[in-house]
Amino acid sequence: MAFFRTLFKTRGEAVSFACFALLILVILPLALPVFRLNLVGKYLSYGFVGIGLVLLWGRCGILSLGQGVFFGLGGYCMAMFLKLEASDPVTTAIQSTPGIPDFMDWNQLTALPKFWEPFHSFPFTVLAIFVVPGLVAFLIGWAMFRRRVGGVYFAIITQAIALILSLGIDGNQGYTGGRNGITDLRTLMGWDIRSEHAQQVLYFICVLLLLGSALFAKYIINTRFGRVLMAVRDQEERVRFSGYDVAMIRTFTFTVAAMLAGLGGALFVLQVGFMSPSLIGIVPSIELVIFAAVGGRLSVVGAMVGCLLVNFSKSAFSEAYPDLWLYLMGGTFIAVVMFFPDGLAGLFTKWGTIKNRAAALLARFRPASATTPNASQPAK
Amino acid sequence: MSRLGHAALAVALLAASSLRAAPPPTSEVNTTGLAVTDTTVTVGQLHSATGTMAISETGSIQAEQLAIDQINAAGGVLGRQIKVIKEDGASDWPTFAEKAKKLLVSDKVGTVFGCWTSASRKAVLPVFEKENGMLYYPTFYEGLEQSKNVIYTGQEATQQILAGIDWIAKEKKAKTFYLVGSDYIWPRTSMKIARKHIENVLKGTVVGEEFYALGSTSFGSLINKIKLKKPDVIYAAVVGGSNVSFYKQLAAAGINGTKQTLLTISVTEDEVLGIGGENLAGFYSAMKYFQSLDNPNNKEFVAAFKAKYGAASVIGDVTQAGYLGPWLWKAAVEKAGSFDIDKIVAASPDLELKTAPEGYVKLHPNHHLWSKLRIGQWQKNGQAKVLYESELLEPNPFPKGYQ
Repeated sequence: MAFFRTLFKTRGEAVSFACFALLILVILPLALPVFRLNLVGKYLSYGFVGIGLVLLWGRCGILSLGQGVFFGLGGYCMAMFLKLEASDPVTTAIQSTPGIPDFMDWNQLTALPKFWEPFHSFPFTVLAIFVVPGLVAFLIGWAMFRRRVGGVYFAIITQAIALILSLGIDGNQGYTGGRNGITDLRTLMGWDIRSEHAQQVLYFICVLLLLGSALFAKYIINTRFGRVLMAVRDQEERVRFSGYDVAMIRTFTFTVAAMLAGLGGALFVLQVGFMSPSLIGIVPSIELVIFAAVGGRLSVVGAMVGCLLVNFSKSAFSEAYPDLWLYLMGGTFIAVVMFFPDGLAGLFTKWGTIKNRAAALLARFRPASATTPNASQPAK
Repeated sequence: MSRLGHAALAVALLAASSLRAAPPPTSEVNTTGLAVTDTTVTVGQLHSATGTMAISETGSIQAEQLAIDQINAAGGVLGRQIKVIKEDGASDWPTFAEKAKKLLVSDKVGTVFGCWTSASRKAVLPVFEKENGMLYYPTFYEGLEQSKNVIYTGQEATQQILAGIDWIAKEKKAKTFYLVGSDYIWPRTSMKIARKHIENVLKGTVVGEEFYALGSTSFGSLINKIKLKKPDVIYAAVVGGSNVSFYKQLAAAGINGTKQTLLTISVTEDEVLGIGGENLAGFYSAMKYFQSLDNPNNKEFVAAFKAKYGAASVIGDVTQAGYLGPWLWKAAVEKAGSFDIDKIVAASPDLELKTAPEGYVKLHPNHHLWSKLRIGQWQKNGQAKVLYESELLEPNPFPKGYQ
């Protein structure tokens, strides 16, 4: 029970989490055909980044505009494993060098590059999905936060890293697949990931991991460490003078957010079937922040709902109005920022406040029949 | 003959004539559950209507729509009017894959006309192969690909490169070449083929080969190198926004059509709009189609295009290739007598099209088109003067000796 309390501080939190879990675990799988369900799975893979951003941006006050980097690193690790499996010597017999991925052959590589070798192993790949983004984030975070780089400067640097990585992948197409990315992924250890059954299974794996990650994030937020995070956000100097290592706390949070993003990237690749630098650069990185902002950067459930909602409307608008949908999306973003600065989750908290105020107002009216108080006095 | 006899004959004739006019029943022409009714057939169109590629893909969208309108006006395909579901790939490759899947799985379209960049084609290809759909792809591209589910209506690399280099080498007695391209698979593959051809077949030399990141806009150091090396020919495959900077900076540095021979495989009438005819005047493009082609098919096509999209609109190579898609599909369906994908695929090899604006084309069993190569010299008004026309060239997406 105490553990439950740590996860959910109020009944409202528990209810909203349960509702969201019910929606993605039961209602959507029952209501949607497999093709749509697969799309929802894709949206939810962005949800991992959203959860990371709640910790990083909402709680710790660090805005990273480069989360696409970590999403991409996780995704590329997964894609490399799947690509190697799809490039066995029999299926690639037509190439000059059979047995290596097709794009390497097009770029006149005659042997598999060394850094691809370990990705023959699935356990290594799973490890790499967490370790590679985590390590990169740790190094960047350590270098930045030690030097007390923060705020806008940190955001700019993460943008630059996103640009560097996407250009680097673009420019080394023999090793990375270049702009086309790593495509035509077929099986995971002999299991055809393109079949309808596989897509359903992968959806549920994605959902369970997402809910697990959300609980993990809630746990962090509601423990003492979570309060320290908020303190770092609101009163950095005081936390430092109290003897906490602010740089380490930030680096840790950045690393956790990166690992979550990496996991999301890997699940994205499994469900969509390819990875390309267009998912890493500046625009997708900003988009990921928008998802979290629309849903609410302070709320774990809000961020996940944001990913779902924004992407769902993206698909719906673009199917209905292929020429106009960008304007509709832009309009929606502006409306959300103008009317709900804390995102849609902020609406709930606001609704709570309005309800309380209304109740208070009513309470003042109740004895009105007896004492006739000043009814015109505005409720403050 | 009795009056009754007359009436019976009339009825029989009427029945026979209406039978001939009536489209074949849907159950016969559609055995795999595609979106075909007794009066309509639904197809998909998947291009970038938004994002960075929209400017390039608009021509293809328009040309495909024009062809579909013309086919509908002429009675449709197997007596069915074509209905189009338009989807926006938004210049984003995952979106292309998502929309392709939607068109094939939810909408069950008979075929899809779409994609432009190689990256978008690579993203949708597994979807088309898995769901057994049909894609008509309009862009000239790097080759190294052949799929049962794709018909390539543009040129693969060798069709665009070899004859063009042969012509310029002969015409200009060129021995030294400087290769410049944007850094992605199409220019890389094209330059690889060009280099092998220059070195092994023409016994010329490549004095420089450089690739610039997509969107790159500063070519100063390149221009200095070119001035230093003084190549007989600059051979260019720079694309998109980089194109505009590249040619403007060349012109500003005094490298223009009167002093330098430049042959490009990436400038069509569409790009000239952005670059400006005065910056290109005198340079050459190797394409299979130019708007100025002088034949009756093309005159009709250009007139129809301008009537629909305005007198100021221009038509480039890819736009024309996009226009071929619906016509090739119609021909395949009618030859197969069915909308079934497998039957269309079986009917496609050696399919001929005599009405193509570029002239006669024929579909090779490898799903690429036999087509001619033309060299056009750009004029100040943004149109090309066609100086050379090759024989019909066989498509060869996996060229031996060039890999």
